[in-house]
Amino acid sequence: MSDARLDVRKTYKLLINGAYPRSESGRSYEVTSAKGAFLANVAQGSRKDVRDAVSAARAAQAKWWNATAYNRGQVIYRLAEMAESRRDELAEHVALAEGVNVRTSQKKVSASIDRIVWYAGWTDKVAQVLGGTNPVAGPFFNFSIPVPSGVVGVVGVQESLEGFVDAIMAPLCVGNTVVALASETRPTPAVLLGEMTSASDFPAGVLNIVTGLTSELAPVLAAHEDVDGLDICGVTRDAADELAVLGAGSIKRVFRPRENETDSSLRRLRAFVETSTVWHTIGQ
Amino acid sequence: MSDRQLANSQLGSLEYDPAPESAAIAKLKPSYGLFIDGEFSDAASHGQFATINPANEETLSMVAQANAVDVDRAVVSARHAYDKVWSKTTGAQRSKYLFRIARLIQERSRELAVVETLDNGKPIRESRDVDIPLAAAHFFYYAGWADKLDHAGFGPNPKPLGVAGQIIPWNFPLLMAAWKLAPALAAGNTCVLKPAETTPLSALVLAEILQQAELPLGVVNIVTGDGSTGAALVDHPDVDKIAFTGSTEVGRMIQQRTAASHKHLTLELGGKGANIVFDDAPIDEMIEGIIDGIFFNQGHVCCAGSRLLVQESVADEVLRRLVRRVEQLRVGDPLDKNTDVGAINSAAQLLRIRELTAFGESEGATRYTSSCELPQKGYWFAPTVFADVAQSHRIAREEIFGPVLSVLTFRTPEEAVAKANNTNYGLACGIWSEKGSRTLWVAERLRAGVIWANTYNRFDPTSPFGGMRESGFGREGGRHGLEAYLNV
Repeated sequence: MSDARLDVRKTYKLLINGAYPRSESGRSYEVTSAKGAFLANVAQGSRKDVRDAVSAARAAQAKWWNATAYNRGQVIYRLAEMAESRRDELAEHVALAEGVNVRTSQKKVSASIDRIVWYAGWTDKVAQVLGGTNPVAGPFFNFSIPVPSGVVGVVGVQESLEGFVDAIMAPLCVGNTVVALASETRPTPAVLLGEMTSASDFPAGVLNIVTGLTSELAPVLAAHEDVDGLDICGVTRDAADELAVLGAGSIKRVFRPRENETDSSLRRLRAFVETSTVWHTIGQ
Repeated sequence: MSDRQLANSQLGSLEYDPAPESAAIAKLKPSYGLFIDGEFSDAASHGQFATINPANEETLSMVAQANAVDVDRAVVSARHAYDKVWSKTTGAQRSKYLFRIARLIQERSRELAVVETLDNGKPIRESRDVDIPLAAAHFFYYAGWADKLDHAGFGPNPKPLGVAGQIIPWNFPLLMAAWKLAPALAAGNTCVLKPAETTPLSALVLAEILQQAELPLGVVNIVTGDGSTGAALVDHPDVDKIAFTGSTEVGRMIQQRTAASHKHLTLELGGKGANIVFDDAPIDEMIEGIIDGIFFNQGHVCCAGSRLLVQESVADEVLRRLVRRVEQLRVGDPLDKNTDVGAINSAAQLLRIRELTAFGESEGATRYTSSCELPQKGYWFAPTVFADVAQSHRIAREEIFGPVLSVLTFRTPEEAVAKANNTNYGLACGIWSEKGSRTLWVAERLRAGVIWANTYNRFDPTSPFGGMRESGFGREGGRHGLEAYLNV
């Protein structure tokens, strides 16, 4: 008999409203490494889980937006700090999920963390870059500010961490709350990142992550009337077409990839903000 | 002065002599063709329809009915112009064409104002002082952007989208054409414009202006027709961009039909704007602002302040004054320079207004309708205010798009914000208060693309306009308006 220590394995659960429930359905599904080895029984979220996550995101949105931009930046930066301190664990999971060697996965994690820092710096600059005052022909002070669309659904980013970070951070940093469906086959890095938000002062409900089958959950998110925006960069063209049509039912803002686009990050920042323009009379 | 004193004073009994503008100034032709590739031509089917004056139901002119064949011809023309001419025209040259167009609109402004009033039914005071000057101003504004796109904040050398299909409504016909064409052309796109079925004439006069400006052939094509014409444009495979202004119902359909295509889309849809009145608001200005907010353009305004939210402590006073003011509105001949409220644009719209206001009464709201005398012929609806409206009433939820105001009350700023946001729309809101800090607090919390504080229904080419939520997406006006026509 070997007396090597048996490791304590983790249960991979959902992140809804700051808590880590199993799926209300009680279901789980088996996730393997890229090489086919058993990794975990991950919670298989249900339609109800998605709806609960949307409710949580809606309830958290005003608080997140009414926090100062400086504060949102601090919270997001704190997430980068947490990720940095657990970078080896993240790298291990990225390596397993994507079947790359540890050096490559370390690079991916570094890039992901740096990306979080980049977004942390955007929170209090977006209004100056995308907003401004408008010189109307009359006695009015007129200004435009970018305000969040509201609740943004992020669907099935296949790339396990870097793509996921872009997809969730862009809407979060401009004041939206997010319901993200993690990659169906490579969910564990996203789940880890979700766990780190609890140590980063993210208010409950700001980021919600549901694991499960994309084909089952994505249509629920896309058709949900209380979701304002939809990022469907992570699914195939055909699946994205279907989700985009569902999203049209409640006039959602839909963000899709474009061909030959090298960096979509600014387009992403603009995708889930609305320009709100205020006119105020000037007089004595 | 009490109401009775006012009524008995000379002020209350002032009579106005008629001051009509001459309809002949419109110089309308008996019929108009489609404007494709720089010239007017018949529709492939030779089909025509009458466009009428809604104030007297008389036919103004016959207009071509474009079908899918005609739309295809227009798109081919726009594509050719894009490939061969417009994409090779420098920003500075595009700029000068737009400046020319702006000047030509100013030169022909009196004619355009009369055309607009005849075809739409809106008071000449509004078409003369709002629609036409703003249309010219939009061309002036975007003219200046055409050679400065590198500095518009979308990165260096932003590219146009290609051929833009633009579908506009009947409430501000020329102004909506300007809102669509000016930024599209400045950004380097070519256009196929589809005016509304009931108000095609000012766009066709604009086509003459484009000829006078010597805009290269095919850069702008104008196809008149009904909903099927618009649908053909939306479905055309060689259109790169659809810009639509109209109802949420149609906008939803367009988004569904284009969602799985390469087409870019911006939508400017319906609204149910809340006009929020706090107890410290200056009452005279506020009453005028409420009136302007809902009765401007017969209430045919997507951003109309159709839900009045009044703080309870002043609700009785505000309602009393409102009803009195509504009684003084001059309803009638749109060509009369003293007219405040003109004709409803169409029989169909009048029917919808009647249906929804009938619900207002049957659901328990209290109705005040102006006792003004309405003309015998034409489509007319007397200005109406509903009090005792609940949030669940249809007249508080659905866009009436007519001269009908629903009055609700609130006690606290939090309640005002909650009620204002209790809608699927998110286009515009008004706030009336002398307290700046409260105004900004409320503005921050309203889910609306445009917020007017101590004013309402103001428009300017430099000011972005557009909605949130089911009022659509994308902005028209300002630097933001360029984004809708650039591949950024």
